[in-house]
Formats: sequence, C-alpha cells, structure tokens
Amino acid sequence: MPLPSDSVAAARPSPLAGAGPSRFGDRAWGAGISLFGGCILVTAGLILSELGGQSLLAFRKLGVLHFLFGSDWDPVQDKFGAFPFIYGTLVTSAIAILLAVPVSVGLALFLSEMGPKALRRPVAFGIEVLAAIPSVIFGLWGLFILVPWLRSFIEPGLQAVLGFLPFFQGPPIGLGYLAAGLILAIMILPTVASVTIEVLKTVPLPLKEGALALGATRWEAICMTVLPYARPGIVGAALLGLGRALGETMAVTMVIGNAPEVHASLFAPGYSLPAVIANEFAEATGAVHVSALASLGLVLFGITVILNALAQVLIRAVSQGVPRGAA
Amino acid sequence: MKSLRWRKFVDLFWTGASGAGVVLALVPLLSLLWLVVSQGVANLSFSFFTNLPAPVGEPGGGVGNGIVGTLLLVAIASAIALPVGIGAGVFLAEKGDGRAGDVIRFVTEVLSGVPSIVVGIVAYGLVVERMKRFSALAGGLALALLMVPTLARSTEEFVRLVPGALREASLALGVPKWKTSLRVVLRTAAAGIITAVLLAVARAAGETAPLLFTSLNNQYWNLQPDQPTASLTVQIFNYAISPYEDWHHKAWTAALVLLLLVGLLNMLARILSRNRMEGAR
Repeated sequence: MPLPSDSVAAARPSPLAGAGPSRFGDRAWGAGISLFGGCILVTAGLILSELGGQSLLAFRKLGVLHFLFGSDWDPVQDKFGAFPFIYGTLVTSAIAILLAVPVSVGLALFLSEMGPKALRRPVAFGIEVLAAIPSVIFGLWGLFILVPWLRSFIEPGLQAVLGFLPFFQGPPIGLGYLAAGLILAIMILPTVASVTIEVLKTVPLPLKEGALALGATRWEAICMTVLPYARPGIVGAALLGLGRALGETMAVTMVIGNAPEVHASLFAPGYSLPAVIANEFAEATGAVHVSALASLGLVLFGITVILNALAQVLIRAVSQGVPRGAA
Repeated sequence: MKSLRWRKFVDLFWTGASGAGVVLALVPLLSLLWLVVSQGVANLSFSFFTNLPAPVGEPGGGVGNGIVGTLLLVAIASAIALPVGIGAGVFLAEKGDGRAGDVIRFVTEVLSGVPSIVVGIVAYGLVVERMKRFSALAGGLALALLMVPTLARSTEEFVRLVPGALREASLALGVPKWKTSLRVVLRTAAAGIITAVLLAVARAAGETAPLLFTSLNNQYWNLQPDQPTASLTVQIFNYAISPYEDWHHKAWTAALVLLLLVGLLNMLARILSRNRMEGAR
C-alpha cells in the first residue's frame, strides 16, 4: 500500500521530542538507573563486609566452634558461648513452622478452592492487617495476654495430658519457648498464607478440572492435583516463613524469658539470637562482647540468606511457565 | 473403592478443617486489635500526643517526643531509600531482563528477608561507631536499608504493569527513550509507586529492633540528626518491659497511637491503589 501523501507531516517529531536524536539523554538515563541498580549490590556488599568486619575479633579470640557450641554466656567474665541462643532460635522457629504451616495451607485452600467466595475478600483483608501490625505490638499482646493465658490454661492442660513427655515438664510460668513459638506462628502466618495463595493460583486449572470430571470430590481433586503440583511452592512459602521466624526480634524478646539456658521443656525460659542482640548490644562494654554479638548477627544473616535463596528457587520452580507479572 | 457417602464425608471434613484455619488465623488478630483499642483508649488524650514522658507515678505525660522522633527517623530513611529503592526498581523493570538484572533481582529478594536486627548492627558499624554516638542518622540509615529492597521490588512490579502500547506509542512519536520512561511510563506507574512508598514507610515506622542501638532513646524533644532520638516503638518496648503498672497502661496507649499511624498509612495506600485499578478498568 502506498504511503499517504501527508506522511512527511506525520513524521514531524512530537513537541515532546528534543532536537535531533537524543543519544546523550538516553545514555545518561540508562547509566543513572543502572547506578541505582548497582546500589543494591553495594548494599549487599556493605552488609556483608560490615558484619564480617565486626565479627572477626570474636571469631579470632574465641574460635568458631568453641563460640558456636559453647553454652556458657557470661559477658562479665568474657565467656561467650552462643549455643543457648542458637538452640532457642531453632526451637521457637520449629514450633512456629509446625503450627503456622498447616493453618496457612488450610486457610489458603479455603480461600482459593473450598470456601464460599463471599468470605474471600474479608479474610484476605484480615491477613493483610495481620501482616501490617508492628512486631512490638505483637510483643505487647504476647506479654500481657498470651503469656498469662498460657500460664493459667494451656500449659497446665498440656502438662496434665502430655506431662510424661520431656517437652511439657517443669513449672508453667508462661514466659518461654512455647510462648515465643506461638507468637512467631501468628506473625509468620500472613507470609506463609499469602505466598501459598499465590502458589495455588499458578496451578493449571485443567489439572483440577480433569480430576473433577473423572468423578473426584473437591477434596480428592485437591489432593491429587493441586497439592502435588504446588508442593515445592508451599515448601518455599514455609522456608520464607522460617526465615522471618528466625530473625524476628521484638515479640520474641518480650515473651521468651531471656535466660541463656538450654532446656528440653518448652515451658522453660530461653533466649534467641535476635533477642540477645536486642538486649545487650546497646550496653555491651568490651570490644569482644560487641564483636560476639555482631557475629551472632552474621550467623543469623547467613542462615536467613540461605533460606531465602532456597525459597525463591522453589517458588520460581512452581510458577515457571507463568508469564512474569501474571503470577 | 470407598463408598460415595464416605468420600463426601471426607470432603466435608477437610472443608471444615481448612475453615478452622481461617478461624485460627483471625482469632488472634481480633483479640489483638480489640485489646489495643480497649486498653489504649482509656489514657488517650490530647496531651498524650503533645507531652514529654512523665516519670513513674506522675499523672499525665505523653509520647510527643516519640511521635516526633519516629517522624524524623522515617523522614531520614525516606530521603535515603526513596531515590535508591525506586531507581533500582525502575532499573529492574526497564533494563532488568539480562543477566545483570537477574542477579540484582535475586539479591533484592534475598535482601528483603534479612532480619531487621542484623541491619541494625550494620548501621551501628557504619554510623554509630564512626561518630562515637547514637544518633537519629544511624536509626534512619537502618530503616533505609530495610526499605530499599521492598521498594525496589514493588516499583518493578508497578512499572511492569504499564501497558507496552503506551511506551510504544510515545516512542513512535519520536520521543526519546529517557523522556518516555520518565514522562509516560513512570507517570502512569506513579500511583502504584506512591502506594509502595506508603507501605514501606508504614513498615519502617513500626520497626523497633534496629533502633534499639542506633537511635537509642531520648527523654526530651530532639530534631537534630546527630543526637539520640526517641521513637514510638522503642518507647512502647520500654514501657511494656518495665515493672510499673502505670507504664503498662501507657504502653497500650502508645501502641494504639502507633497502630493508628500505621493504619492510616495503609488505608491511604489502599485507597490510592483502588482508585488506580478502577481507573484502569
């Protein structure tokens, strides 16, 4: 088709265009935003080098293994064994994951597959609100509501029924591993639930429809098609939640009891990595003390980075094939 | 094969079980909101917003300096984090399809999971140790480090939502790429980016852990970035773990104030993003 005669007029540059090809502007813009992109890498490098630099002294003075597995923490006598904190962090996070993942998966299934549609919006809103509440407020609620409730109802109840297990022995004082684990479970629930919902959305519809068409009930269809397909993504969601639980500070600091001890009983007071940093960093006196706390931060950083990277890989594996932005 | 009735029962059972998940998730939320409101409202008065904290036993007193301190910290954090976070997000959306983009995107996602207390240690090393003094600047830097990854991720998402046709139309008119990015693409994504900024600010305002040993606390008013500064969240923490009944009440009231602040920011973000979606429809 021949061009219309006024094509020359149509090709006149718009008033927004500069005079001539604007190579310089494009290059400057490209360089500018690349610089900001590079800032991300610089930030990561800065975090790593700062933490590494600050922890060097403790690792050199105390020895890595002795530091990580020693269980004697007494800054006044320059004794730094991090094991009670590592243990407390692992135990409370394990409780949180064990409680939060089933509840989150149930909630996600209810919202995306099973529940009435009318409930979806209000429940999704509730989850968003839960995610937006600052952790110090969770701590406040934990300290004055959850802990007394555990002390007078839940812990005596558990002891009466399951008291023969080592996990449920000792005086029920409320403050301790169980309280910290419970509050962590509540706090990571929005993360796990919302990622699980996103993952469930990526399950191809024909899979489920096929199962339903063959006569499966809704639950059977979910069991046979949705859950197997989404499993890596749900594991990824759980890992993201675990990463958040390991690093959560304020709420745990307020309810775990802050005793650098190792107990099998979940009723006993303990301590966690973030909690000890929060409590002692500002008042740390000796250089070794500061450095020891910083290296606890480095340990925490390392664990969460590995977990997050793993979670990203798993979640991406599920949503592969789904175009970016649609997921 | 099991009878149909049994299978239907199993189906019903699991529907109920997943419904129980919803209840278990929402009960703590409702309990928390109700308690913060009901416990906090008792002490709420105008002077609570304007006065300095009072010593134990003395009536009155407020968290005025904490509110101002939180605003100061968030302002410092925003000044650092907004350009970097939004810029990095634009980079990921515009030039992030190559290898470098993938690496930076991955690092951004991993960084957004770094615990806030760890970021506090970094800010301590970078600012407090060099200045030999706790300061609002250190606290603001810590909050900024937390805001950058979230901002970058959500900015990328919103910029990518801009229809390609808009960009192409502008380029076809002979508008240079940079001007197209700035005045067509970014302007279209602006409402979304502002939403992301509001959410990031709300999150930063609620942070406590990295402030404990960067901005520390202050009994008095402070607007100087090189001085220790009070903040609403640290004040709540100190009140809550104190042994005084009187201070516990104040912790609840301060928590209500914080919740109102964070809620307001979230609501604004919600209204903005709803308008945007309705405009697009």
